[in-house]
Amino acid sequence: MADDFEPNILAFCCNWCSYAAADLAGIGRMEMPTNVKVIRVMCSGRVKPEFVIKALSNGIDGVLVLGCHIGECHYTTGNHRTKKRFEILSRLLGHMGIDPRRLKLDWASASEGDRFTEIVTEFTDTIKELGPNKLADYYGRATA
Amino acid sequence: MEEREEPRIGVYVCECGLNIAATVDCEKVAKLAESLPNVVVSKFYKYTCSEPGQVMIKDDIKEFGLNRVVVASCSPRMHEPTFRNTVKEAGMNPACFEMANIREHCSWIHKDKEKATKKAFELVKMAVAKASLLVPLEPEEADVTSTALVVGGGISGVQAALDIARRGYQVYLVEKEPTLGGNAARLGKWFPLQECADTCTGTCSYCILVPDLRDCYNDPNIKVFTNSEVEEVDGYVGNFKAKIKKKPTYVDRKRCVACDLCTEVCPVSVPNEFNLGMDERKAIYIPFVEAIPKTYTIDEENCIHFSSGECVDNPECKAVCIWGAVDLEQKEEVEEIDVGAIVLATGHEILDPADRLNFNHQHPRVITTPEFERLSCIVGPTKGSLDMDGNPPKKVAFIQCVGSREKEGNTYCSRVCCMVTAKEAHTVKDRLPDADVIVYHSDVRTFGKGHEEFFAKVKDEGVEYRRREKDGEIKVEEKGDRVVVKCEGYPDEEVDLVVLAVGMIPREDAVDLSMVMNVSRSGDGFFLEAHPKLRPIDTFTEGIFLAGSCQGPKDIPDSLAQASGAAARACGIISKEKLLLGENVAVVNQDLCIGCEECLESCQFNAIGIVDKDGKLVAYVNEAMCKGCGTCIASCKSGAIQQRGYNDEQLLKMISALAEGES
Repeated sequence: MADDFEPNILAFCCNWCSYAAADLAGIGRMEMPTNVKVIRVMCSGRVKPEFVIKALSNGIDGVLVLGCHIGECHYTTGNHRTKKRFEILSRLLGHMGIDPRRLKLDWASASEGDRFTEIVTEFTDTIKELGPNKLADYYGRATA
Repeated sequence: MEEREEPRIGVYVCECGLNIAATVDCEKVAKLAESLPNVVVSKFYKYTCSEPGQVMIKDDIKEFGLNRVVVASCSPRMHEPTFRNTVKEAGMNPACFEMANIREHCSWIHKDKEKATKKAFELVKMAVAKASLLVPLEPEEADVTSTALVVGGGISGVQAALDIARRGYQVYLVEKEPTLGGNAARLGKWFPLQECADTCTGTCSYCILVPDLRDCYNDPNIKVFTNSEVEEVDGYVGNFKAKIKKKPTYVDRKRCVACDLCTEVCPVSVPNEFNLGMDERKAIYIPFVEAIPKTYTIDEENCIHFSSGECVDNPECKAVCIWGAVDLEQKEEVEEIDVGAIVLATGHEILDPADRLNFNHQHPRVITTPEFERLSCIVGPTKGSLDMDGNPPKKVAFIQCVGSREKEGNTYCSRVCCMVTAKEAHTVKDRLPDADVIVYHSDVRTFGKGHEEFFAKVKDEGVEYRRREKDGEIKVEEKGDRVVVKCEGYPDEEVDLVVLAVGMIPREDAVDLSMVMNVSRSGDGFFLEAHPKLRPIDTFTEGIFLAGSCQGPKDIPDSLAQASGAAARACGIISKEKLLLGENVAVVNQDLCIGCEECLESCQFNAIGIVDKDGKLVAYVNEAMCKGCGTCIASCKSGAIQQRGYNDEQLLKMISALAEGES
């Protein structure tokens, strides 16, 4: 695999915890790879499995879904639903011909800028190892 | 589908001085953005949030007929409200504003300018994609309950309650203990110490604190619940509902005159927590002599009427009370209150050094700084005497940073211990001028107003300060009746008394309260403010504010300043007649809804109901109850629910924009 592969990664972050963690990483000038681009949602429970499938089938190389830690959800239990949904989705991805490692669900509290940095760095490494997501070449890339 | 006007988007890429421009080529990003669909104008600017920056946007809205604006700058958590206001002033609907975070999420975390510029453009592209599908929103209004809840009756909570009440609003103050005063009531003198007049009895804490407690308790606008806890909080900013659990005190406060007859006859003695276990109290007790409210409480756990069944037929306290105030039939009650804003002022706990074995705290001649406060207090367990086994100590050692600034464990500085130590060292010198006082420290931090001067004075009085390495070895060992301090770099020192300057830690029940209140905690366990610099009083939950040491270690002036700030913040809400409801609420397309009730189950806030619409059962959303999490949308089988400002179409378009890459 080419060493210069720079994966295109999407992260969904919840406004209250993981997005704040990403902000804190910025405030703390914690350096990390440029591959991950964040979409802010109010709660990780908002992330429809459809979004992940759409992203991966359109050639995005990896998707991170980051919420508050279990038990710390701003909306009490939104992230419980996320967890259930994504356990199922992760299994489904394999049946759809998508490597389930391209999806990662994790948690970072508003004070965990360092944890956010770690998750982003490790996930980018994982996706680099997996190589480019070729699915879009078969499905055809969507245009916005 | 609703009619949409043709989007006319303006893009503004902010350099934020060099904060963004140092790692992102903003000119290039602005140039690239020009070719994005529906973008009418794209510019870069030094400080977009500045007055000229905002005027530029407003002028462009008018000149180019913009109906969507995208600003690529800092985190929306920082300046989204600023820019929403900007576009609103130019007549645009603020819901049609979108932000790309190219500072916290890009320039500040990357060094490679080329890669960072590429990423910044991708973020702008996603924001533009969403902006093209944004729709104007008109949020609903809700009435505001013009009362406030203050949780915690320590010095911060009392200050906040008084401030709010003095502006004319009703306040509910809930305190877990039977008395107001919290940690501050346990202190002897407060630093920086001012010499008092000859008439002073040395109980400054009471002189200063108790009048405020009394004012608070007697204020007609403040309803004080002592021995009570907040059990549940529901609702939203402007309209919270709280359940207050009132534990029984078994003494009728209206009848009790605090004559003390009951404590004299009570046969049960237990360690007195107010004096940190250094003396005993009875099972029916008043925490300290000046306690407010000045009335007794029966400690159910230790009272033998409740625990072992003795004292059943004719409890002595009840028999002796000529006022008929002892009421053993009292039951726990729950009172529900409506409030518009909440101030959390639940304070801190003192670190227990028991598991820091090197400090040997179990030895009777090793005490902590709070224990010294009680000992030195004129109305404390020894009436102010510092004697050890009947003799005044000749040599006293203080050890600082016990449970603070640790390599592992509590890594933070507790901020008050340096001054507490200086104050207590001064007290020793003041009472026992011939005693030798040694302070083992690792950096003295006397940063407050008048603090450095006080520290200098204490050194002049002959207190010897010995600097030690922060992580260097120090231990306290028993030697006969006395103890020896062994500190790396200094000869062993045999002393009569060791005082450990222990740190402040979050309350054990902070975890539970954070759940009840839906506020976050920082890594150290204290409550988390909404922004470490710019919003030190707010929490992430709108309408809930922080005061005092529940947010982090603080001295008294800092706690009071924050308490007054929190009170002002709370008044900012409860003084309004109406508040705008959140606009990012869920809405149901009832034509698509199949009435499966899946969304009802996913909603934590009971905001969704079922209604009969022309013979078909369909879901509806109560906008005042909806908190806008969007969890119901992801659970909807028929795609009938959408979230305003975060609908599927908008989010999917952002995903497509990113998938397209640089094209």
